[in-house]
Amino acid sequence: MKKDDDLQPILSRLSGKLRSVYKITALVLVVLLFFVLAAAMLGMPAIGNKNNPDNNEVARRYIENGVEETGAVNIVSGMILDYRAFDTFGESCVLFVATICVTIMLRIDGQNKEDDKEAEKKDKTSFGIRESAFKKLDSRYYEPENDSILKVSSLIVIPIILVFGIYVILNGHISPGGGFSGGAVLGAGFILYLSAFGFSATERFMNAKTVKIITLVALLVYCIAKSYSFFTGANHIESGIPLGTPGAILSSGLILVLNICVGMVVACTMYSFYALVRRGRI
Amino acid sequence: MDFIKNFPFFSIMLCMFCAIITSCLGRKAAKYLTRIVLAAVVGLSAALLVYTYINGGSFVYYMGHFPAPWGNEIRAGCLEAIFALFVSAVAFLSVVAGGKAVEYDVEDKKENLFYILVCLMVSSLLAMCYTNDLFTGYVFIEINTIAGCGLIMVRQIGKSVVTAIRYMVISLLGSGLFLIGVTLLYSLTGHLLMSNIKESLLPVFESGDYRVQLTIVIGLMTVGLSVKSGLFPFHLWIPDAYGQSNVVSSSLLSSTVSKGYIFLLIKIYVRTIGFDVIEKSGVFNICFVFGVVAMVFGSLIALREKSFRRMIAYSSIAQIGYIFMGIGLGTKEGLVAAVFHIFAHGITKSLLFLSSSAFTEGSHTKSIHEIKGLAYEHKFSSFCYSVGAFSIVGFPLLSGFVSKLLLGGAAIGQGLMQWIALLALAVSTILNAIYFLRTVIYLYIPPEQPLKAEEPKPYSSMRGFSYAFGVTVLVLVNFLVGLASGPVINIINKGLEFFS
Repeated sequence: MKKDDDLQPILSRLSGKLRSVYKITALVLVVLLFFVLAAAMLGMPAIGNKNNPDNNEVARRYIENGVEETGAVNIVSGMILDYRAFDTFGESCVLFVATICVTIMLRIDGQNKEDDKEAEKKDKTSFGIRESAFKKLDSRYYEPENDSILKVSSLIVIPIILVFGIYVILNGHISPGGGFSGGAVLGAGFILYLSAFGFSATERFMNAKTVKIITLVALLVYCIAKSYSFFTGANHIESGIPLGTPGAILSSGLILVLNICVGMVVACTMYSFYALVRRGRI
Repeated sequence: MDFIKNFPFFSIMLCMFCAIITSCLGRKAAKYLTRIVLAAVVGLSAALLVYTYINGGSFVYYMGHFPAPWGNEIRAGCLEAIFALFVSAVAFLSVVAGGKAVEYDVEDKKENLFYILVCLMVSSLLAMCYTNDLFTGYVFIEINTIAGCGLIMVRQIGKSVVTAIRYMVISLLGSGLFLIGVTLLYSLTGHLLMSNIKESLLPVFESGDYRVQLTIVIGLMTVGLSVKSGLFPFHLWIPDAYGQSNVVSSSLLSSTVSKGYIFLLIKIYVRTIGFDVIEKSGVFNICFVFGVVAMVFGSLIALREKSFRRMIAYSSIAQIGYIFMGIGLGTKEGLVAAVFHIFAHGITKSLLFLSSSAFTEGSHTKSIHEIKGLAYEHKFSSFCYSVGAFSIVGFPLLSGFVSKLLLGGAAIGQGLMQWIALLALAVSTILNAIYFLRTVIYLYIPPEQPLKAEEPKPYSSMRGFSYAFGVTVLVLVNFLVGLASGPVINIINKGLEFFS
């Protein structure tokens, strides 16, 4: 941090000795900070103690009335998607803004898709790598083709991964899991499919357009659903959304819908990060 | 419940909606939608300001069906309302005035992404301003940080990407420290809601059991947020971040983003931990010392800087120092002066950045010597720039004068602090005058050769009505706040009363 432009001339004027003094001072400071923080941690209330300040009415209501008030057997889901839904809405916006930043940084615009496909047809392969890969900076041409071990094993694994991801998302309000974790599983499945079969295979269902539409719809549904519930809650109007019987798959009001939305956003985010890093396009 | 109490929630959600919808719009539509939404937020905040000022007090708004310690809530009084008005107005005027600069700097297909970042940044600032919950504050700090990185690197030249990465690393360090502070505070009090923390912190403080931990919490939060707002020893990211990025980004980052963190810090001091506890912990003295050093040191390095826009950026370091000095005085007058300086500096700095884009042809880097005589080419812009420069220096009639007067007045009667503060104010004002008036004089030096009818440059030929509108409004607001500072000070006073 200190090696900035305005310190550079000063540093270069003084001898290198000072620089080492500076480094040592920084090291000493960091070590000191470490010990101060560690000492503070030792003096904190012990974890799990019954008399701790954090064992108060806030946690009690979540545990005692959580199922009844939110309809979600998984208390954590009830907490993050109903009690403190505003925070979680912020978290999904963090994902959204991160995607936007990565897109600004990595997306390569102005490439003509038709030209790409033409070039692909004409290509010869040598040593399992397309020749044009040596000419173009587009990493999909670097893919080794016909890696049969990867292909066969991923054919077996991918369906299981995808089904498991969907299961985790849909049962987010009943069992551990939810939109964030299930979406990550789904995204990992898509990425594995992409590495095994290449962009031409995944482009059939995951391209820039579908990713855009899925993210847009999921975030819009999330935003509208939550705005409705914030507005009715603040104005003391009954929301009129049935909670259902706790434990059933169709229960807990909006939580199921929100979990699905979050899951889709997370899956698309993970996939598009991978695609953007690899070839600058979704 | 009055319908107007929904306005804070409406303004946050409106910006979020706009950001989400903008992701599938073209560049023209994105631009106009953002302008409309920001104008609407300005209107909502102004209405809320009038309402809260007339009714007095502040109100709590549930975000959901559950009351406060269980659910989330936001809280608004006149201080929050005027801050929201300030943020949305500056963002609106920057976007309007810098529309052409954005077109010039950002790739066509990525322009809508720029406007998404602006919307998300404004909505996170509004949420930080209205929130009554520490963790909500942290979540929106994250959005703000990432959006800030995007705004810096949207210009897509090598240097701005490097700057964005540096900004991200330093800023994430700040949020990390803040998060540790929040977790420690949660273990000590069992709450995340600001008013509840204050309630349960008082017995903890009086019993004296966790004195060290409490000091560390206050220290971590102060350091975390001052790293993010760019107080003196942590200022090294500022010149590149403001000096290399697009003009709209620099204007937004310098006048609203860093101020949002300071506002949150004031909120933590006053509402979360409590003014008395903070006073006894001695953090105010540290804020004061670093503020004073920043005032002098920031001005000194600005004096040395050759690049025009980096010089304006360096002056932000000194101005952040003024704000922290005001907070560090540890009195109510000092706090009022600090909050007033947040507004005064915000409107002035955005005016400086936006009007300087005329001389630097968008967001290019130019040395101070290269702007000689440009006033004869850009008459309107150089007038506006001069107004901004005079305001920063502290000329009467302008907003900068009032904030310096308030800061000086707040320092009177503080013993040793009085002399240090007044001396630092004097030195910093003289240094400010030297480097800002130097640029104004350079601008008005008559060119040696008579002006040739040159071909219009790509950037200057593109400016039009919206640039003139945005910059003119900023100039008028500057005069308005300078001439009619009474009502603004009144609002701040009244807002601080109901802030805790």
